[in-house]
Amino acid sequence: MPIAGSLAIETNTLRKTFGNKVAVRGLSLQVRRGEIFGFLGPNGAGKSTSIKMLLGLVQPSSGDARILDCPYSSVEVRRRVGFLPEDFRFYDWLTASELLDLHGRLSGLTADQLKVRVPAYLELVGLSAQCDLRLRGFSKGMLQRIGLAQALIHEPELIFLDEPTSGLDPMGRHLVRDIIRQQRARGATVFLNSHLLSEVEITCDTVVFIKQGEVIATRDLHSSPEGEIHVAIRVGPIASEAVAGLSQWTSNVQLADNRITLSTSSMDVLPEILRHLVAARVDVYEFTPQHLSLEDSFLKIMGEDSGS
Amino acid sequence: MSQLWIITRVTFQEAARRKILWTALLAAAAFLALFGTGMHYQVKDLLASRNIPPVLRYQILLTILQVGLYAIDMLAVVMTVLTSVDTISGEIASATIHAMATKPIARWHLLLGKWFGFAAMIAAYIALTFGGVIAVGYFIGGIVPHGALHGALLVYLECLVLLTTTFFFGTWFSTLTNGVIVLGLHGLAFIGGWLEQIGSVTKSPRLVLVGILSSVIMPSEAIWRRASYVMQSAIGRSLDFSPFATRSAPSVTMVGYAAAYLLVVLALALYRFQRRDL
Repeated sequence: MPIAGSLAIETNTLRKTFGNKVAVRGLSLQVRRGEIFGFLGPNGAGKSTSIKMLLGLVQPSSGDARILDCPYSSVEVRRRVGFLPEDFRFYDWLTASELLDLHGRLSGLTADQLKVRVPAYLELVGLSAQCDLRLRGFSKGMLQRIGLAQALIHEPELIFLDEPTSGLDPMGRHLVRDIIRQQRARGATVFLNSHLLSEVEITCDTVVFIKQGEVIATRDLHSSPEGEIHVAIRVGPIASEAVAGLSQWTSNVQLADNRITLSTSSMDVLPEILRHLVAARVDVYEFTPQHLSLEDSFLKIMGEDSGS
Repeated sequence: MSQLWIITRVTFQEAARRKILWTALLAAAAFLALFGTGMHYQVKDLLASRNIPPVLRYQILLTILQVGLYAIDMLAVVMTVLTSVDTISGEIASATIHAMATKPIARWHLLLGKWFGFAAMIAAYIALTFGGVIAVGYFIGGIVPHGALHGALLVYLECLVLLTTTFFFGTWFSTLTNGVIVLGLHGLAFIGGWLEQIGSVTKSPRLVLVGILSSVIMPSEAIWRRASYVMQSAIGRSLDFSPFATRSAPSVTMVGYAAAYLLVVLALALYRFQRRDL
């Protein structure tokens, strides 16, 4: 149980219905301060509605949430929160500098602070050269970048990023990844909603999988992922008793052409499996644990859940 | 409160960039040119006719001036509705509002800031166009209508009533539906105004009642008729039936009602916007 004050977000069975349609069934999650938190789910899982509820854009039908130890609906807490909407758009007659100046002032920054931060954040997102260009001349990727800058300019403690890399080229995605890590380094919490699972995998500390507005699985991407390790073992001749003995760690053992494949629930059992094979006088040529990619986990979890 | 003024300023700038505003200004400029030319020749003809008494000459010019003000009123009404019709519903639909609504600013400040921005833009439009007609009347016709400022303020009130109604329905409906509803309501008030005047001439109290009821539902047109009344001369006021007839001119009570209507609809819009999902 996290200690009080260590959570950036805490929701308790947050629910949203639109008429008879249930958009979010009961979202309960905890996001620790200072982590990069991935929010994953298929289309229609209730991700956007959940984010909108946490930002006060949509009123929950029931349930409660706290953001940075304040009620989620508090206006003041928004001074400490940044948000990049999916497909960021704004008045297209504003220049990039004017947009940042406007959003900075709306976030409570002073004129002196803006003088420093507007050019600094334009540089951060790689738009210094376009500072006087109107948004109507921006590409989708440039709009995402300036949208990111407006979400960060007041240096919030908690940043919601809704599909921040959509529309970005590989360079842009790399830039966003670096910026997200910089934000964590200064102590901010990042709540990331993205369909690009490869990006999420190398960026996030924790991910949750949601479906129909409920958390169906949580993964800590830095510790041993439970139930996600595939092991490929190339061996010499092996007795059937030795293969059968592996079932004490896994029920999913396959042997073909001197290759054993199995999956196990914990990294901790791998030395025991290896010791078992050596004790059974099996020659081991390769022993390769393979983590399930986040995409594999996603497909597995969503598939399992739909089958249940 | 400073955030409210930031929203007001950016909304004014946004509104001032709308093509419809510049189209309406161009239309007003074209109208003023036409109107000035017409007034010029009318003055010339009137001066040439020595048998027209000065009082009648004054009344003819004043009636022409009323035509000009009526045209400006219609332009201001159309411009008000068309520039503001998508400011709430359109920004919700395009999600433009999300970046602002997630800033540390109360929802009602956001809506009120936008309302002030449009109110300022409409004030500038009316000052320019209304002032243009008055200037033409003064410099070419040599006349100034009675209560010109009073009339201009009433036209402003009429536009604010329509602006507020557009904001209110914008918190409920899409841009297109909103436009249809508000222009439909103004059309209802327009027809109601005529019915009221016809009923007054034909001494039909039921027709007058229908007209009054339409003004209760949407008081915009009634405010124009009050404006027309306060800018008329005594002779003009005695006319029975014309677009500027004031036989059944709305009372000061109707002006008070329109002001109260504006405040109530604005409060309802703020309440609705505060609670609705964005």
